[in-house]
Amino acid sequence: MIRSLPRSPSYNRAFTLFITLYFLFLFAPLLVTCVLAFNNSDFPALPWYGFTLDWFLSAGPERVGIFQDADNLRAIRISFQTALWVSLLSVTVGVCAAFLFEQENFIGKELLYYLMLAPLVIPGVILGISILLGANTVGSYFDEVWGWDFDLFRPSFWLVVFGQFSFITTFVTLVVSARLRTFDRSLEEAALNLGATRLEVIRLITLPFLRSAVIGAGAVAFLMSFENFNTTLFLVGSQPTLPINLYLQVRDGSTPVINAVSLLLILGSAVLAVINLYFDRRREEKG
Amino acid sequence: MRGRALFWLFITPVLLWLLLLILLPHLDLLLLSFRNREGWTLDNYRTFFYEPVYWLTFVRTALYSIITTFLTLCLALPVAFYITKLARPGMRGLLVVLLLLPFWVSELVRVYGWMILLRESGGLNYLLLKLGILHQPVEMLYRDATMIMGLVYTSMLFMVVPLVSTMEGLDDSLIEAACDLGAGRLTIWWTIIIPHCKPGITSGSIVVFMLVLGNYLTPNLMGGKNSLWFTEQIYNQFIASFNWNQGAAFGFLLLALSSAIIWLGLKITGQRLGEVAR
Repeated sequence: MIRSLPRSPSYNRAFTLFITLYFLFLFAPLLVTCVLAFNNSDFPALPWYGFTLDWFLSAGPERVGIFQDADNLRAIRISFQTALWVSLLSVTVGVCAAFLFEQENFIGKELLYYLMLAPLVIPGVILGISILLGANTVGSYFDEVWGWDFDLFRPSFWLVVFGQFSFITTFVTLVVSARLRTFDRSLEEAALNLGATRLEVIRLITLPFLRSAVIGAGAVAFLMSFENFNTTLFLVGSQPTLPINLYLQVRDGSTPVINAVSLLLILGSAVLAVINLYFDRRREEKG
Repeated sequence: MRGRALFWLFITPVLLWLLLLILLPHLDLLLLSFRNREGWTLDNYRTFFYEPVYWLTFVRTALYSIITTFLTLCLALPVAFYITKLARPGMRGLLVVLLLLPFWVSELVRVYGWMILLRESGGLNYLLLKLGILHQPVEMLYRDATMIMGLVYTSMLFMVVPLVSTMEGLDDSLIEAACDLGAGRLTIWWTIIIPHCKPGITSGSIVVFMLVLGNYLTPNLMGGKNSLWFTEQIYNQFIASFNWNQGAAFGFLLLALSSAIIWLGLKITGQRLGEVAR
């Protein structure tokens, strides 16, 4: 049944076969996508017509590679900017929230804690429409009462940033809180006894302790933002992020350029995954 | 004094975040769902119950989400079991990394991968034709079964990870003892492994159910014209018909359904959201 017990060969074989098939199931779509990015064909399909880099480099007119494709490049740039802002904001607020929930006591703490967990159970689509509606209500209020007109309250770059920030911060809070819980508070007390102010204690002792957790959470926040679709779908204005832009292309028919973009995305996520894993390991080694 | 200042430094951004971006928008969603151009009304909810296409889609989405969650659980249990109890200890780390890797990639890329594999001119058809198993290409995309497979695929991770971590805590000697006393495999699964994994099963199922229910990409791209998903109805109201009040009512119904099922799941297994989140 398990490692330490005798098992029949057929049991072992069946389980090995099952796991092999499972990993094939996991990786097949990604492998096919990557391989077909190099196929010398106008469609992302087999048969194999030979190796080409056209879908990365070609400048047209028949084939436009991703590095020449102004539309997709712009979407990549917008996604980068969005993800940068979202990870910056969510890490800042998430660290504040972790300190608040782990180290402070106040009336209504439990209620606020549950409100902080709420984004975990609100479907992303609902979060998107709620923020769209809320922003619209506020926007039309400003417009009617004071005659002010803000772009912020219409589907736009910043609305996407705030929409993604609203749920990604919860994940950052949970990761940083988990780390903060393992912190030995006597270190803080020692520093306070020696005359440090609380702000100095946080800056010199607690934050360095949290560093690897914060960097890891920041990387995950970046990736979650970069890849978000459900919430972004309702908030996006004239500046589509990469997932939205790709979705529109996939829906209306596909060319191997999408495979090329996907390949880049897969490589990018793999790099981030490895960075995150590295920091996880270091965190574990340090205790 | 200094301590108080710090407290306000922490709580201000958190309150701004939770009030302005979570609480108020959802209250606004609720209020708008009871309004139309003339004023307060129940019409938006009446439309939902009188138009079969809406409530049928709703029921369908709920049922398919439950089926998907169950299938994901059935697939994830043996995977977690293999990794924690059968794989050589040296292989464990590698297998877990491999398990997580695909989920770092955008859902869109994964769904796109399935599309080019399964469609009529896709990779799988090409392979089956070459092998002589099929004589004519078959459209495998745009079917309910394919859509469910896609949903299982995209939400797998959120089931496997909690299962692996709870199964790790299961003492091998319990299984050994049961085996010595003559218990069969099914008995061991049913009386030892599954009860032990209950917390992992609960948190995994809740997250998977919620993600599947609120998914838009996979049903939209892999399901056919007839496999409407409730999120697509919401999208149509917002983007195509521009009837935001109707869309708000639909959104609120979906939110109510997902909260109800999550609440029920927690009640049945006697757990609390705060614990599951950890």
